[in-house]
Amino acid sequence: MTIPGSWYLVVAALLFGLGAFGVLTRRNVIVMFMSLELMLNAVNLTFVSYARMLNDVGGQVDVFFVLVVAAAEVVVGLGIIVAIFRQRATVTADDISSLKG
Amino acid sequence: MSAVGFVVLFPLLGFLILLAIGKRLGDPKAGWIGTGAVLASFVSAIVVWLSRLGNEGHPYVLRLFDWFSAGGFHANVSLRVDGLSVAMILFVTGVATLIHLYSIGYMKGDSRYHQFFVYLNLFVFSMTVLVTANTLPLAFLGWEGVGACSYWLISFWFERPTAASAGKKAFIVNRIGDTGFLLGTFLVFQHLGSVSFSRITAGSLNLSPDTATAIVLLFFLAAAGKSAQLPLFTWLLDAMEGPTPVSALIHAATMVTAGVYLMARLSPILALAHTADLVIAIIGVATAFVAAMAATAQTDIKKIVAYSTVSQLGYMMLGIGTGAYTAAIFLMITHAFYKALIFLGSGSVIHSLDGEQNIRKMGALRKFMPITTVTMILAWLSIAGVPPFSGFFSKGAVLENAFGDSPFLWAAGVITALLTAYYMGRLVYVVFYGTPRFEEVTHGHDPHESPSVMTIPLVVLAAAAVLGGLLNLPVGGFGFLGSWLAPVFGTAQAAYPMSTGLKDALMGTDAVVALLGVFLSWRAWRGASENPALERKVFLNGWYIDAFYDRVFARTGTAVAELADTVVDQRVVDGAVTGVAGVARLVGGAGRKVQSGLVRSYLLIMVGGLIVMLGYVLTVAAR
Repeated sequence: MTIPGSWYLVVAALLFGLGAFGVLTRRNVIVMFMSLELMLNAVNLTFVSYARMLNDVGGQVDVFFVLVVAAAEVVVGLGIIVAIFRQRATVTADDISSLKG
Repeated sequence: MSAVGFVVLFPLLGFLILLAIGKRLGDPKAGWIGTGAVLASFVSAIVVWLSRLGNEGHPYVLRLFDWFSAGGFHANVSLRVDGLSVAMILFVTGVATLIHLYSIGYMKGDSRYHQFFVYLNLFVFSMTVLVTANTLPLAFLGWEGVGACSYWLISFWFERPTAASAGKKAFIVNRIGDTGFLLGTFLVFQHLGSVSFSRITAGSLNLSPDTATAIVLLFFLAAAGKSAQLPLFTWLLDAMEGPTPVSALIHAATMVTAGVYLMARLSPILALAHTADLVIAIIGVATAFVAAMAATAQTDIKKIVAYSTVSQLGYMMLGIGTGAYTAAIFLMITHAFYKALIFLGSGSVIHSLDGEQNIRKMGALRKFMPITTVTMILAWLSIAGVPPFSGFFSKGAVLENAFGDSPFLWAAGVITALLTAYYMGRLVYVVFYGTPRFEEVTHGHDPHESPSVMTIPLVVLAAAAVLGGLLNLPVGGFGFLGSWLAPVFGTAQAAYPMSTGLKDALMGTDAVVALLGVFLSWRAWRGASENPALERKVFLNGWYIDAFYDRVFARTGTAVAELADTVVDQRVVDGAVTGVAGVARLVGGAGRKVQSGLVRSYLLIMVGGLIVMLGYVLTVAAR
């Protein structure tokens, strides 16, 4: 028995929604970061599913790009978080509001 | 005849040299350089005069270069040599040389010594340009140049607030007149198609009387400003704040006569405008009388002489208005001699009394300053018109023509002549005779005669003031100036046929009136220093004309300015500016609430926006 492609897409959508919910609701910046990764990988899953369904390898190529960019993003993002933590001893998103108008 | 170029060039050269290295030359070398430049100019003027002898009838024009052109309008830099301009450069550079020499002594020890001569040389340059210019624009350049130098020199001691504001006043009042000069130039170009004096002389007959009247009145406005006629004469009194040599050179002998010169230069047009001529004559004689009355009550020695200058300029305008151009120029030249002498004599007195100008604090100076006293008395007899001094002939010529035009003008002129002899007599008696009253000024030490660089010009000018009448004796064959200027004025010159008996009677009246004035001043002021009955407050304050201007124009102007400050500026302009700022602040205040600083709320808005856009793309745009 083969699993139909739409199931993968549904899983991807669930993962994306879960990630978005996490980013919006969690206060810890590191958890927000993890949720963000979840969203990115949900998109990756969609790419791969469509690549398989449409027989087009382009989707899989895109995933590589996303992975590379995500890795770079993690480096920069974690660097920023470490820098903030050193200065303010907190990684709670709501406390980091010095740019408040 | 091209030596006329050097007349203009030498003062310019002196100006440039003094500007470049005047400070290093210092006191007194800078003064000698300045004097030398003007002396060279005077010598060139003599050369021009000698080369003119024999062909007086043909004006010579030295074309230097084109200044600017636009369409049919051409303004050349060209110098005109004819009887009038030669007479002008001779006396201008001659008197200027003497006054430069005098200034070497008078300005000794001043902290801006060299600068004084910079301005003086620039002034002589501008004045020679003005009187030799062959086009109206070039004459205007000289006209403005002398005005600017006058401003700088009046406020030469600008540390004194009165001197600074006197300079400004002279400048502003003269601007009113300059408007007339420019508008007159435009009108001349419109109707004659040219602004050169040669063409104006040739084409003036094509002008309609109305146009001629308009042109003359506009130029007379300019002349009234520069030559201190009613109602624009008040600046000349304040101009006495300048150093005394400046008063002698600019505000007595040369610059203030520029208006008279301009009118004489435009005589072909004046001859066509009889209404305007009458206006000029009436304003001239009114100025002469008003200023002479004011002079009778002044206590500041320079103010007396300044009012006297205004009065004499009024006589010159009377001559212009009655068509007696030769007489006006004759009076201008003799006046330059004796008025420069009176100013320099006053300067000599002021110099020896450490700057005191109040005649009540002088007295008995004849014992200490013999040369100054004698030369001042000679100047007094000249200006009073006592025969055979120069003023008798020059003023007599003006009055004779005034009688030919209208006996009323003549009568006003004769009364003014009586006043002239009287107020100058008052000056001489109060300053040089009577009891010494200068102790508190000099603190015990006696006044001293001025150094020889100052007394030599006095003696030379005294000789000129006494003998100046020889220039134009009213005897056949001796009217040198008259025959010299005849080709310039030609038919514009009014001719009043008179019997010899009438002429003699008029001259006799002049002589009697002059001697009567001298006698009256002797009766009233011998031994007296004050006489309230003869020194009315209204005349001391110059008929309150200046106070009237202050109240009507200056205070109205101040009130308008204050209104502009409190209402227009503070309410309207400031209101607009702060209003714009207030709107920006309001918008910003609303906008800053969006910037909460909470990352998660930003994200929520972002996601919300994304959903809306996505919804739009999927539902509306997909269709």
